[in-house]
This record gives sequence, C-alpha cells and structure tokens, in this order.
Amino acid sequence: MSDGTRGSGDPGRSSEEAALSTRLKHLGERLDRMKSSRPSQDAAPRPQGNASAIARGLRLSTELVAGVIVGAAIGWFLDRWLGISPWGFIVFLLLGFAAGILNVMRSAGLANSKQR
Amino acid sequence: MAADPIHQFEIQNLVPLLKVGAAEIHFTNSAAFMIVAVGLTAALLIGATAGRRLVPTRMQSVAELTYELMASTLRNSAGEEGMKFFPLVLSLFMFILMSNVVGIIPYTFTVTSHIIITAALALTVFFTVIIYGIYRNGLHFFNLFLPSGIPGWMAPMIIVIELLSFLSRPISHSVRLFANMLAGHITLKLVGGFVVMMGSVGVLGTAGAIAPLALTVALTALELLVAVLQAYVFTILTCIYLNDAIHPGH
Repeated sequence: MSDGTRGSGDPGRSSEEAALSTRLKHLGERLDRMKSSRPSQDAAPRPQGNASAIARGLRLSTELVAGVIVGAAIGWFLDRWLGISPWGFIVFLLLGFAAGILNVMRSAGLANSKQR
Repeated sequence: MAADPIHQFEIQNLVPLLKVGAAEIHFTNSAAFMIVAVGLTAALLIGATAGRRLVPTRMQSVAELTYELMASTLRNSAGEEGMKFFPLVLSLFMFILMSNVVGIIPYTFTVTSHIIITAALALTVFFTVIIYGIYRNGLHFFNLFLPSGIPGWMAPMIIVIELLSFLSRPISHSVRLFANMLAGHITLKLVGGFVVMMGSVGVLGTAGAIAPLALTVALTALELLVAVLQAYVFTILTCIYLNDAIHPGH
C-alpha cells in the first residue's frame, strides 16, 4: 500500500487512495447494513449456547439438582417453622423435582417459556 | 504436597489488613489473584484500545472481538434494551475468563474454584434481575411466575414450581462454574501426581509415566477450553436471566 514516503507526484498513488476510499465507503455501507439487520427491540430473544456434549450434560444435571435442592431446603424449613413434619418436606421435594425438570427442559430448549 | 490434589485450593493469608471484632481480615492469595485478573483485563482492554487504528493490531482485534461477542450475545438474548447491562456483562465475562485462564498456569490460584466467589457473582446477577425487574415492571414482574394460558385450578401448583425454578437459578448458575473449575483442576493434579509417583519407581515406572504425562498435556488443553467455555456459559445465562427482568411477561 502507499506509504507516503514516495514522491507526491506519483500517479499511482492517487488512484490507490481513491481505491482505498471507495473500499472504506463500501465497508461503511456494509456496517450499516449489518446494524440495520440486527434484531430489534423485542425480537424473539432465545436462549442459545451450543457447548460440547460434556458441558451440556453438566449443565442439565446441575439444573435438575438445583431444583431438587431448593425444593428440599424450602420443605425442610417449612417443616421446622410450622411443625408439619414430614409433609412440607415431601410435598416440596416433589415440587422441587418438578421445578428441576422444568429447568432442564428450559435449558435444553424443549420448553421455551418465551414462545407461548 | 504434590500428591495432595486439594492443597492448591487452600486460602493463604498473605498480609493482615485489619481486625473487626474477633475476625481478622487478611489479604489472601485469592484476593491477590482477583487483582491479577482485574489488572490483566484492564491491561488488555485499555492497553489494546489505546492506539485506536482503522486497521486493528492483533491486540486491538482481540479487544474488539471480545466486545463484539459480548454485545451480540447480550443483544440476541435480552434485546436492545439489555445493552444497559453491558458493563455488568462484560465485566463478569472478563473477570471469570481471566480468573479461569490464569488458574491454569501452574502454581497459581484459581479464584473461581471457590463456590463463595461464584455464588457471589451469581447472586449479584440474581438480585440485579429481581431489583431491576420490579423497578421496571412493578408488580407485572411477578407474571414471570404465572405463564399465560394456564387453567385456573393449576395456577397454584404452577406458581410454586416456577418460583422454585426461579430460586434454583443462582444455585445452578454458581455451581456449574465452580464445579467445572474444581473438578478440572483436581483431575489435572491427580494425573500429574501419577507422573511423579510412577517416575519414582524405577526405569519401568518412568517408561509407564509417559501415558499420564501425555494425558496431562491433553487435559491442560481441555482445561483451557473449559475455562473459556464456562466464562461464556456464565455470561450467556446472565443475559438470559437479565432478559427475564426486562421482558417478564410470557
């Protein structure tokens, strides 16, 4: 490319500069097109994330376990608080399983809550 | 020490700072490596973009690619309005990425291998979602727990399940990053320990140590992948959760 140290009367240089400026203009136009093709304000946001299989497996298993743990913890505290042992634990453990399954399905993209 | 795979996660007090009641507050190795992570992030992003050029240098394109990746991730999952959380998202990503990658270097400390750190990061996101969601949408935010089109008699159960699902988010969010880093580093240390143990047996052991040595090299590469991937996964989930704060309606 032109390095500016050559003689300024070089006829090849001005044409090179013109070529450069047209390329810059093209680049600007392409950037504008990319910006306008971006999803707008409320365009269907969807969870994405395509990881390797092991990462996917770990992700789904933590989702399930987290749901169960939260359910069990809430049930246990309700039992202690209200003295209804063991019913709170039983009910909330099962609900926790349900929440865990819901988490897994959401995270696997099977139950997308945004597309109703 | 080489055979103890947990030793690397020990918190060491470096400099005593102050004393609050009975609790002494120290400057620990964890804090030191957090500062390293922040320093590297700042050096990379500020340094690379200092001499802004039209045709970027290598470091400048690294910084620009990082920015573009995070911006498009956030836009795709939380919409244009999510961009007001861009500083939070980019900071989280860079901090986790740098902590993870620095942690691969031998003799360093992996900040993100402690659940208290990842839990703090996940809870930051969790409370940001709740506070901003209520601030922006008012009580409409709680529609998050009641999907539309549910028959009335099912609503109580669905609300409880959705609530549990929502509460379990910070757990899975933090445990995923923490468990990946912890498990990876323990595996690496164990397999590396085999090399030392077998090498000390004799000629036959030294020959046999080649296999775990090769495995260590492969695992290090895998760990690098996991380090980058987990930082990205954490950030994507942050974006998805932030989306719920912005668009809670189903």
